[in-house]
Amino acid sequence: MSTTAKRRRRETYQWREAVAGYLFILPWLIGLAVFTVLSMGWSLRLSFQHYDLATATGTSAGLDNYRQLVGNPRVATALGNTFTYALMAVPVDICFALLLAMLLSHQRRFTGPFRVIYYLPKMTPPVATAAVFLLLLNGQYGAINRFLGWFGVDGPTWLVDPHWVKVSIVIMTLWAVGGTTVILLAALQNVPRELYESAQVDGANGLAQFLRITVPMISPTLFFLVITNTIGALQVFDQAYLLFYRDGNAAAPDAALFYGVYLYQQAFQQFNFGLAAAMSWLLFAILMVITAVQLKLGNRFVHYEGGNR
Amino acid sequence: MSGPGLSPWSALGRRSAGVVRLVLLLAFAAMFLYPFAWLLSASLKPRGQVFDNRIPPRTWVFGNYVEVFHQLPLLAWVFNSVLIAVLAATLVTLSSSAVAFGFAYFRFPGRKVLFGLLLATMMLPGAVTLIPNYLIWKWLGWLGTNVPLWGGTLFGSAFYIFLMRQFFLGVSRDLFEAARVDGCSYFGLFWRIALPLAKPSAIIVWLFEFQASWNNFQGPLIYLNFGDPSSYTVPLGISYAMTMYSPTAGGHGDYQYVMVASLLVTLPMLVIFAFAQRHFIEGIAAGGVKG
Repeated sequence: MSTTAKRRRRETYQWREAVAGYLFILPWLIGLAVFTVLSMGWSLRLSFQHYDLATATGTSAGLDNYRQLVGNPRVATALGNTFTYALMAVPVDICFALLLAMLLSHQRRFTGPFRVIYYLPKMTPPVATAAVFLLLLNGQYGAINRFLGWFGVDGPTWLVDPHWVKVSIVIMTLWAVGGTTVILLAALQNVPRELYESAQVDGANGLAQFLRITVPMISPTLFFLVITNTIGALQVFDQAYLLFYRDGNAAAPDAALFYGVYLYQQAFQQFNFGLAAAMSWLLFAILMVITAVQLKLGNRFVHYEGGNR
Repeated sequence: MSGPGLSPWSALGRRSAGVVRLVLLLAFAAMFLYPFAWLLSASLKPRGQVFDNRIPPRTWVFGNYVEVFHQLPLLAWVFNSVLIAVLAATLVTLSSSAVAFGFAYFRFPGRKVLFGLLLATMMLPGAVTLIPNYLIWKWLGWLGTNVPLWGGTLFGSAFYIFLMRQFFLGVSRDLFEAARVDGCSYFGLFWRIALPLAKPSAIIVWLFEFQASWNNFQGPLIYLNFGDPSSYTVPLGISYAMTMYSPTAGGHGDYQYVMVASLLVTLPMLVIFAFAQRHFIEGIAAGGVKG
């Protein structure tokens, strides 16, 4: 066989392999084209329109929707609430999960059952969590205030008092902290034992070992959790909606107006698609900026095995 | 670690630290389990006692578990939830595996760029495409049906594709080349070799998607909330029942039925977890640590 014939044969083979490859990824490509590219384009267009759902037509609105983002006090309230919530929930959840993971990693017996019990709330559908905590957090009869009463603490009216509304939702996320715990536990178990042994020989106490070995060694995981939990917290919806906005007849405290809830209301209750689309782009921009800042800071503080990437 | 050179004090310290640790672990376990016990008890109480925090109940009303099916279209909700979750989990597992195999095995121009794009889509918050996706499903005439709740899974999901590709990359290429020489088609490589080998990863994907779909609240709220309660999923139904029984909406506070429904929506998740906890915990830990 001549070399050109050989090359031609190989080229056909590669061509066939390429076609087959594209056929395999075709489902994703179609989804990308329709539900991501087309969707994002449409969303961007909607954000510059007043959309009428009945006639399915949009009229140009210029920058009206974006001007509303600044001018509408509800948007500012929702943003403020969401940031306050995220600033509470992210560090509190991660610290609590780290405490649980450290307790579990030191425990030799019954680790399995404990790990399972700690993870169970994470399996529970948010709607069931909300239905139960709606009653557990009741200011008058709730079990949580009863418990606090044993210690002489007069618990707040969690779901009514504007100062405690966000804390209530943080409490619900603390109950379901098992996912974060399991990730941290895996990271802790990857820290080489020898590091602690040599530190003990050097006479380092528990706190020093925690700060000098544990934290740096699990910092990539901590960093990953801070980013993903922040993204999740800024999009909080289920709990806030179920506890405060489910019942249209009941008054909802302004303190529970989260960004995701207001976006939902604007889109699917007021059918104000233009403003809702503009809100979604603002959220996207905020998430990008926060993630970029975190990545930048992360490169300074995170310790990667074998040098920083 | 306990060398003979250590003083008896440090041995004592270590033992008491162990006791403190165990007590803390048990206290936290009680804290995590309490809401489940509370829920179970509340589901067995008569109307006036649902809020009394008693475990076990003062008056046992096993009839709640029968009456709830007369009060609410719970059977229809369970059927809808199961159908949607099984469809979504099965379809997303197949589509994501196929796409992942495409990225892992085949060499084609633009592969790296497209895979980078796939990773980038994971960063996109759902809110940005929520509204236009709604309008797309509306344009297709599927609002009020369950199609929007599983239809998107036909196109694979970025995170699952990433997860499955990681697995396929670990399979020796020689295995596939040998099968090619034996005359196996490209689809055969995927269906008869790659997918059976990837069973552990595929199970993780299936379980994750089943859980996500089963627990999903916002999706049904947007796509099914058109006044016909029998089309609801269990989570949307519970939300509807919570409002229906609430005094502000003219209800009588029959929260015991909400509690029965909440228990029934939770139970399948707990059972699945009992049988497949290794898959869940390994899947989550792997995703997080590699992250």
